Amino acid sequence: MASQEILRGEPSRGSFINDPRIRSLFFQTLVVILLFSSIWWIVHNVIENLQRLHIASGFGFLKSRAGFDISDTPIAYTSDSTYFRALVVGLLNTIIIAVAGIVLATVVGFLIGIGRLSQNWLIRKICTVYVEIFRNIPPLLVIFFWYSGVLAVLPPPRESIHLPLGSFLNQRGFYLPRAVWGDGSWLIGVALLLAIAMAWFVAHRARQRQRATGQQFPVFWTSVALIIGLPALAYLLSGMPLTFDFPKQSTFNLTGGFWIKPEFLSLLLALSFYTAAFIAEIVRAGIRGVSKGQTEAAAALGLRSGPILRLVVIPQAMRIVIPPLTSQYLNLTKNSSLAIAIGYPDLTATAGTVLNQTGQAVEGVFIMMIAYLVLSLVTSFVMNIVNARMALVER
Amino acid sequence: MKHIAIGILGAAALGFMASAASAGTLDTVKQKGFLQCGVSTGLAGFSAPDDKGDWKGIDADFCRAVAAAVFGDATKVKFTPLSAKERFTALQSGEIDLLSRNTTWTSNRDSALGLDFVGVTYYDGQGFMINAKKLPGVNSALQLSGAAVCVQSGTTTELNLADYFKKNKMEYNPVVFEKLEEVNAAYDAGRCDAYTTDQSGLYGIRLTLSSPADHVVLPEIISKEPLGPAVRQGDDQWAHIARWTYFALLNAEEAGVTQANVEEMKTSTDPNIQRLLGTEPDGKYGADLGLSNDWVVNIVKAVGNYGEMFERNVGSGSPLKIARGINALWTKGGLQYGPPIR
Repeated sequence: MASQEILRGEPSRGSFINDPRIRSLFFQTLVVILLFSSIWWIVHNVIENLQRLHIASGFGFLKSRAGFDISDTPIAYTSDSTYFRALVVGLLNTIIIAVAGIVLATVVGFLIGIGRLSQNWLIRKICTVYVEIFRNIPPLLVIFFWYSGVLAVLPPPRESIHLPLGSFLNQRGFYLPRAVWGDGSWLIGVALLLAIAMAWFVAHRARQRQRATGQQFPVFWTSVALIIGLPALAYLLSGMPLTFDFPKQSTFNLTGGFWIKPEFLSLLLALSFYTAAFIAEIVRAGIRGVSKGQTEAAAALGLRSGPILRLVVIPQAMRIVIPPLTSQYLNLTKNSSLAIAIGYPDLTATAGTVLNQTGQAVEGVFIMMIAYLVLSLVTSFVMNIVNARMALVER
Repeated sequence: MKHIAIGILGAAALGFMASAASAGTLDTVKQKGFLQCGVSTGLAGFSAPDDKGDWKGIDADFCRAVAAAVFGDATKVKFTPLSAKERFTALQSGEIDLLSRNTTWTSNRDSALGLDFVGVTYYDGQGFMINAKKLPGVNSALQLSGAAVCVQSGTTTELNLADYFKKNKMEYNPVVFEKLEEVNAAYDAGRCDAYTTDQSGLYGIRLTLSSPADHVVLPEIISKEPLGPAVRQGDDQWAHIARWTYFALLNAEEAGVTQANVEEMKTSTDPNIQRLLGTEPDGKYGADLGLSNDWVVNIVKAVGNYGEMFERNVGSGSPLKIARGINALWTKGGLQYGPPIR
């Protein structure tokens, strides 16, 4: 106690103005007061100005009839639905494009990133050119490239390009046969789930056996056989309930089947190929970040290059890769708002239409901001969990 | 994207705008020395820049008429091109003083958006256009079941389209874009079977397509689209100036006052023309509005009367060749009727 008194004695003799603790407390309080009063001032001004300009405000409009149609509706929606439901449709479309884009971008990005480190000169150069092209072009231009440059020059619906398996490609999009599940098809689903469970069990046992005895087991091929074989068996047993609905030519368009619209397709391709270039660089940096000694040690133990990559390098690289990967996923989600340029009804487009039909700009922009904020926070949260599981376990 | 920027700026502007009662729009406009007028991003006949970059069309001319009434000089106007989505926010936030952008007058827009419509400068109705070469045999909108229809988002057109197909129990696939040019490009590229907007717009857009002769406008008119300029609600003086500029254009046509003869008409002894042109002794109809007494002379000198404006931009003097139809004066069986200036 006494020694502390002596140590602190010197500054406390001065005025309390010079006390660093009081000073920092004072400035922090000041900043908080300024922040909150400016927020209050803005909110107060918005309300007052809206009233002065006779503009209706509040969120009551969400319950009224929307009156407009949306081209892609993952949930039931007609022009009789509410504005709220229209916004939900927009949000779901954003989530669909974000999830599909993230999956595709990750796959392409990893392949290109590993390709850039390949021993093969041609593969390495192709991957470098890919990264340098896509990384340096604004995503909006890439979207226009796919939409106006590639998909719009395809033939009209009456001259569709026939593709194998009864699918068609024309300027209105990509048409695939749609699976129609008949009675008893639940058996196939059950068989698939069972197969996955069995594959997981086999993999688990094989790992245990390898640890105990060093003997290996062909886990991959066993799993493939299980996952294809069991549902196929169930399909035959349940009397082949699966039929296909093929797209057919009608007056204006092809009808029936499963239709992927050109807006979705070009947005998906553009966003994922653009983001993949960044992911490739992150993956390359991650792999490069693993010390060369690790690879050499693994090789000295007699592992071949495939298992070295899979068992030694990638698990360590992932720790470097995941945090910047999260930012790329967030970027992709936010870039999906460029959909508006080509008329894909994502959240920005739908909320923009709602905003204009109701004229309630402040509420519309607020809803959009909150929705994107929540989406980004959820993505970050999930990626943080993944990151925590990947973290180096200290022994 | 630009519209989001304007949306956010508009929302932010509402937040940062001084909450003290602002000066009247007329004073603000006079002080800055020009009229800021919101127009479309390019719709032939209504508001579109020509090859020299001058804005042409009925809507652009109405902006000039108001500038002429306020300043006596029709060149004191600056144009802000706006998409359908941006237009109301731009007016609400004070970015523009007058919205003259082929906008349909509806009760909701008049009451809940803080706008005041000043009149109907063009009576229109919504129609459909198709490529007759690609779709032979389609000659009615009722045959469009299953079609992909191109439409601009955030318009009454989008709502009428949904209502029409629902009422007639037909299916359709909406292809919605935010900007007119995007809709035009998509339709021209064959992304949709039909294009829907106001009929006058369809005639204008047809001229910009790669092969205009292939496209036909179907006969059905599915809605009432009274298009007119709007001002901010709550400034009566400014609303009166815009409204009476429109009526002055109609009254000038009715009285036979044209761009060519307006100077000699000033010597007319007809009391009706004297009141209109401000030559009546002791008359102060212009001054009552907050303008000069020769305001109508300035308007007609700048853009002509309503009939001249119509013929020059969308009628016989233009590539559109639209007939006056219901836009004729009431004396000729149309709906255009200007209350008297007296």
